[in-house]
Amino acid sequence: MSENGSSSELLRVESLSTWFDTQKGVLRAVDGVDFEIAQGGTLAVVGESGSGKSVTALSVMRLVERPGRIHPASHIWFEGRDLARLGERELGKVRGNDIAMIFQEPMTSLNPVFTVGEQIAEAVRLHQRLGRKDALGRAVEMMRLVGIPSAERRVKDYPHQLSGGMRQRAMIAMALSSDPKLLIADEPTTALDVTVQAQILELMKELRERLGMAILLITHDLGVVAEMVDEVAVMYAGRIVERGPVSEIFSSPQHPYTEALLDSIPLLGMRYSKPLKAIRGVVPNPLDWPPGCRFAPRCDYFFDKCVAYDPPLLSVPPQESACWLCEDGRRIPRTDQVLA
Amino acid sequence: MTLDLSTASAPDSRADPADVLVKARGLKKHFPVRKGIFKRQVATLQAVDGVDLDIFRGETLGLVGESGCGKSTLGRTLLRILEPTEGEIEFDGIDVNRLGARGLKAQRKHMQIVFQDSVGSLDPRMKVKDLVGEGLAIHGIERKRRNHLVLETLERVGLSAESAERYPHMFSGGQRQRIGLARALVLRPKFIVADEPVSALDVSIQSQVLNLLVELKREFNLTYLFVAHDLAVVGYISDRIAVMYLGKIVELATSDDLFARPLHPYTQALLSANPEPIPGRKHQRIVLRGDVPSPIDPPSGCRFRTRCPIAQPICAEVEPLLEDHGRSHGAACHFAGTKIPETPSVLA
Repeated sequence: MSENGSSSELLRVESLSTWFDTQKGVLRAVDGVDFEIAQGGTLAVVGESGSGKSVTALSVMRLVERPGRIHPASHIWFEGRDLARLGERELGKVRGNDIAMIFQEPMTSLNPVFTVGEQIAEAVRLHQRLGRKDALGRAVEMMRLVGIPSAERRVKDYPHQLSGGMRQRAMIAMALSSDPKLLIADEPTTALDVTVQAQILELMKELRERLGMAILLITHDLGVVAEMVDEVAVMYAGRIVERGPVSEIFSSPQHPYTEALLDSIPLLGMRYSKPLKAIRGVVPNPLDWPPGCRFAPRCDYFFDKCVAYDPPLLSVPPQESACWLCEDGRRIPRTDQVLA
Repeated sequence: MTLDLSTASAPDSRADPADVLVKARGLKKHFPVRKGIFKRQVATLQAVDGVDLDIFRGETLGLVGESGCGKSTLGRTLLRILEPTEGEIEFDGIDVNRLGARGLKAQRKHMQIVFQDSVGSLDPRMKVKDLVGEGLAIHGIERKRRNHLVLETLERVGLSAESAERYPHMFSGGQRQRIGLARALVLRPKFIVADEPVSALDVSIQSQVLNLLVELKREFNLTYLFVAHDLAVVGYISDRIAVMYLGKIVELATSDDLFARPLHPYTQALLSANPEPIPGRKHQRIVLRGDVPSPIDPPSGCRFRTRCPIAQPICAEVEPLLEDHGRSHGAACHFAGTKIPETPSVLA
């Protein structure tokens, strides 16, 4: 992940578990997750609905609300401090300062009764000692930075007067106003049209290069992962089943779930004469995860051991895969379309 | 862009260009925009604005575009779920526009629609067998025959006989889409409009439903209009693709030809923007500026010109028509075929 070794580590999440107490029992949404991001690094947590990817992001920010709770054995190391053990006040200083977050639907995060400029200026003033007027000037600068045209005019607009793409830009401007070391982006382009998504993805890439911040991207879209980040962690049923460099994982996935997921997506130029890979069945119930490997009931390769024992992340350099097939090293690489 | 030509050339389409099942000419659907307490009409939203289209019997025609381009409205207008403002629609040789209520009802048996979540929008207190059998009941099929057809169709879409007695909320998203398909299929239609049928589904479930759609088309000799925003999904399932932008078709070609030589700048941008799970795709690409303009007040001339990287003065003055550029590949652009340069930077 990092070119300079562990010294450049920014965030290290250890045994993160986030459970929800429900009337039907304990819902283990995130159930023992480990990952790390280097300073200036990029990691995507990818998964389908119910995999626990969004709860993972919220947990890092300690934004999980009741009935959810982060298990006491969890650690969220950020620059040497364990966010899992920080008091609310200390936490407030980290949040929105060193770590900023953007969401899928900016409308829910922007206040409809204040202008966009006022809100960005407010965010600026939280981190810098600036007067109201100077903060507003800084807001215009931030809006220019994220490519909002005629920012001087737009600064007086209310959120509903902006298009979806422009609102997402405004939210990025707000998030970046504190010059964060880590930006958590939870499905930042899912609600956008594909040509606007392309704008926002390019914008985030260029801003990252310019500002040197790390990005934790949460997404369901493997295409977005390939275009945005260097490292990926694939989540299934509350666990990370495979992680490592995107290039390696996409060309030679070691976990059968990753493999099936990649094969189930039609690529440009693929035609219906060749059926797509289908993963049989559905995601298991988070109130009652299956024993052993949680993917075993849907897996094409499962054998006795999969149901009996839960596979840990096994090292198959340069990636790690939680599959018993990887016990003796790498599996045979795939030969089909993704490698073409 | 990676094109796998070995599989790209092999679709087993039975479509015959001489055999047109659905024909639209000069089709328009405008919506009045009303304001104030007297609901005075202040503007017109031109959702579909002059579309000529032939859908061949046995083919899947993909209709792709971004939100607000009018693709869903076009699908619904073709079925007269929405009344056209102007233009002609012919279905299997019958002038659909002239049909009265009774004639239309008889015709509906042959043309069905599946939505993104067809079942979610239906009465949650109805059992699956009643939801699926509703169309049969409307067409006066007696109960015994109805139940038989319902069970047969449920089985065909991969649902058990027990599911007939259950309620829609007891099913997952993928299963609900199967119920929606059964509901359309039970009438044994000739034509199905599939409006974003897999957009709400996780990718592993999406592939199940896409495979099923392909199987059903073969088995029941169906013709599809497949409406979606995802170019790779549309390209996978379609024999031909129509690209829509602000109420107009801007490009129309076979899927293979569209991907191999996209002629319209908008199609090129769509292809370039499509994120693909292929490592090393982190290159520069064509990034369009701005957003889609409002269909209430579309730009003059070519509607794409405000975002087009190669727009010229003529584009504001003369509206380009959908013209054939060989191999029945149509494009509506004065500079069709010009290769669009990649965008160096999105930052000012």
